[in-house]
Amino acid sequence: MDMNAYLSMFIDESNDHLQSLNENLLRLESEPEDLSIVQVIFRSAHTLKGMSATMGFEDLASLTHEMENVLDLVRNNKLKMDSFIFDTLFKGLDALESMVQDIVGGGTGKADVSPIVTSLQSIVKGDYKTTVPAAGASTHAKDSNVSRDANENMALDEFQISVLKHSMESGHNVYHIQVAVKEDCVLKAARAYMVFDILERNGEVIKSDPSVQELEQEKFDRFFSVYYISQLPEQTLKEQIESVSEIESASVTILDQESMSLLSRPSTAEATAVSAADSSAPSEPAAAESGSTGRTANAKPAAQTSAGAPTRTIRVDIERLDTLMNLFSELLIDRVRLEQLSSEIRRSDLTETVEHMTRVSGDLQNIVLKLRMVPVDSVFNRFPRMVRDLAKSLDKKVDLVISGAETELDRTVIDEIGDPLVHLLRNSIDHGVESIDERIAAGKKDTGTVNLRAFHSGNHVFIEIEDDGKGINRDKVLSIAIKNEVISAEQANSLSDEEVYMLLFAPGFSTADKISDISGRGVGLDVVKSKITSLGGHVSVTSTLGKGTKFSIQLPLTLSIIWAMLIKLGSEKYAIPLSSIVETAIIKREQVRHIHGNRMIEFRNAIIPILSLSRILESPDFDEEQETDTEIVVIRKGDKWAAVMVDEFIGQSEIVLKPLGKYLTNIEAVSGATILGDGQVALIIDPNALIK
Amino acid sequence: MGEELKVIVFALANEEYGIEVDKVRTIERMTPITRVPKTPAFIKGVINLRGVVVPVLDLRGRFGLSESEPTDNSRIIIVAVNDLEVGFIVDSANDVIDIDTDSIDSPPEVIGGIKAKYLRGVAKLGENRLLIMLNLAEVLNKNEIIQLEQLED
Repeated sequence: MDMNAYLSMFIDESNDHLQSLNENLLRLESEPEDLSIVQVIFRSAHTLKGMSATMGFEDLASLTHEMENVLDLVRNNKLKMDSFIFDTLFKGLDALESMVQDIVGGGTGKADVSPIVTSLQSIVKGDYKTTVPAAGASTHAKDSNVSRDANENMALDEFQISVLKHSMESGHNVYHIQVAVKEDCVLKAARAYMVFDILERNGEVIKSDPSVQELEQEKFDRFFSVYYISQLPEQTLKEQIESVSEIESASVTILDQESMSLLSRPSTAEATAVSAADSSAPSEPAAAESGSTGRTANAKPAAQTSAGAPTRTIRVDIERLDTLMNLFSELLIDRVRLEQLSSEIRRSDLTETVEHMTRVSGDLQNIVLKLRMVPVDSVFNRFPRMVRDLAKSLDKKVDLVISGAETELDRTVIDEIGDPLVHLLRNSIDHGVESIDERIAAGKKDTGTVNLRAFHSGNHVFIEIEDDGKGINRDKVLSIAIKNEVISAEQANSLSDEEVYMLLFAPGFSTADKISDISGRGVGLDVVKSKITSLGGHVSVTSTLGKGTKFSIQLPLTLSIIWAMLIKLGSEKYAIPLSSIVETAIIKREQVRHIHGNRMIEFRNAIIPILSLSRILESPDFDEEQETDTEIVVIRKGDKWAAVMVDEFIGQSEIVLKPLGKYLTNIEAVSGATILGDGQVALIIDPNALIK
Repeated sequence: MGEELKVIVFALANEEYGIEVDKVRTIERMTPITRVPKTPAFIKGVINLRGVVVPVLDLRGRFGLSESEPTDNSRIIIVAVNDLEVGFIVDSANDVIDIDTDSIDSPPEVIGGIKAKYLRGVAKLGENRLLIMLNLAEVLNKNEIIQLEQLED
């Protein structure tokens, strides 16, 4: 499967999470008693773990998992933070950062993090206080191991510094080579390749600046430099490189321990982070020192990240898009005015210019309107892989059925909805779908099904996650809620099923019997709820014991583009969302029947109510009673239909949903407003409110 | 001496009112207003203010004065209070002046009752000119509107 589509998303998100981890860990260091910060850190770490596992970066996920274990103890008051824990966590963070950097640079994100993992594990066991010096010694003893591991994976740039150091210790020569290509060289990339070819034959290239990828794409001027390990003497090396045609010169400098340590300092912040991450550095004081420099340098790697991220997408402040959109609406009004003027003046060159402008601004309009809208598919498309891996690791069979992936959502919502959906899916697969044996015993197919649906309804978007698993056990939920002191035993009896299910979203609640790395730490569902609430939506659960569970997320369409039917009522224009229109028709007055005081019509062999929009909206200058033929719009809400009488159809149009402002709230039958091409505001009818 | 206060002066049925200038976003000429159904009569509807939909009130209606047809002088004053953005239709708006906060007296008792809440005070300008200062938060207070409606019923 092609991971590139969401690699940039992963990088962006992990950088965000790393940034927040860094910030919050620093905050926690100054306020160690504040457990709410630990919660925030824990959630970030948890999400990061989930994302890395999804993307297949196992080393990242496993290191995060170890850090999470430590944080879990802290969160539950079983462990007091102290400087050693902070240092270890920061080292862990630095290592994570350099792994993400490696992924940004096209690497695999693999790294040997065993020293940090060992420290983290010793913290969890609680024996670190007694064994700190011993641990130092043991990592010392492992040095040769580490260096061998690292030597096997020379391509890894996290360990450059330590690799160079260890190579020196083991008697290899470490060179810094600067190569200059001739000014008139045509195939610079090819020449660089030839140089690398020669170098690779007799040793290992540790790092090149610019990177190998950039060299291959000829993204360098005339110089490039490499760090290189080899047994060859300086002079031979120089001659070999200069024998490549069109290479002007090669300056080869041999490096010793001293120049190494000088070099490692002013080099990139990444290198600092590496040395900080490398707790197996030869001398103890140096390790401590690099730990602290690593922290002060935290801001630098973050800044680098933004510069180094793949350039296929850019992140733009939503406010700027709003401004762009508003400015464009202004332009539109003027355009309509210009068109009118030019048709009055009737000068062909003016008309032509205005026509051209109309076409261009039409295209521009399409782009501007679509800028903020993203199909939910961009979030959904990473789930199949995740579900597959998850099902495999749990030894379950799960089919993920996605529908409505083309549903468009506001970019702000898309950005935020990923994490909650990951949590819910993991939850469904971990807790919802039973194991194969259980399913067969229950008389079900051995493959469970998880449905992921997205759809528009009225002015909301719904996302549903439905599994056909074992359902929610009310009694189990209640007993755990009582045990975890979420509710009292007296309260428990009076709760409805829905209220019981909502307890799943209480902070610190988890029904998992054991902690797995998938879910079941009691974070997750409460994050889901707070996230969705912060987006102005809400989440609900329905469940049948033994049949399955459905999580339903309702999100508002704060700003979105929908197709609508524009209609007229006398002098007023309204929009009806196309998604709830079944069809339009023209009926005769006498077709309207009165049934028990309600007006109904026969439509496609069904009797459906017919409503007067002009009455509902108190139209000042239209009354369909005067007409013999009436246009109707048949709308639906779920499986209920109704006909709405209107004056005239104007046509279909793509409209931008705008809120009416905070002053006007809960206007009956109106879900929002839109601005028409002529600059006028038209109200959007909420069909859901018309059908009772 | 109290503090200097910059106020926008607008006219409503032969009287002059003032709003602090920092609460005023812009002043617009009359533009087409889209009626919003099922709202109090003084809410005239919504307008398109450079791509943003903004509700518009007729201040005459809000203050219980008789409503009149808009003229060439009519303006919509867009104000922002407590993150509410609302437009007021006024008869005209053509002055910005500095007043001394000391010159603002509390509103006369006669007005009394609920209706006086949206009046902040009266400022004396020169000999014969009185400026009624508005308390915008109260002008936009919907609870009070509901109370008023109940009184009328």
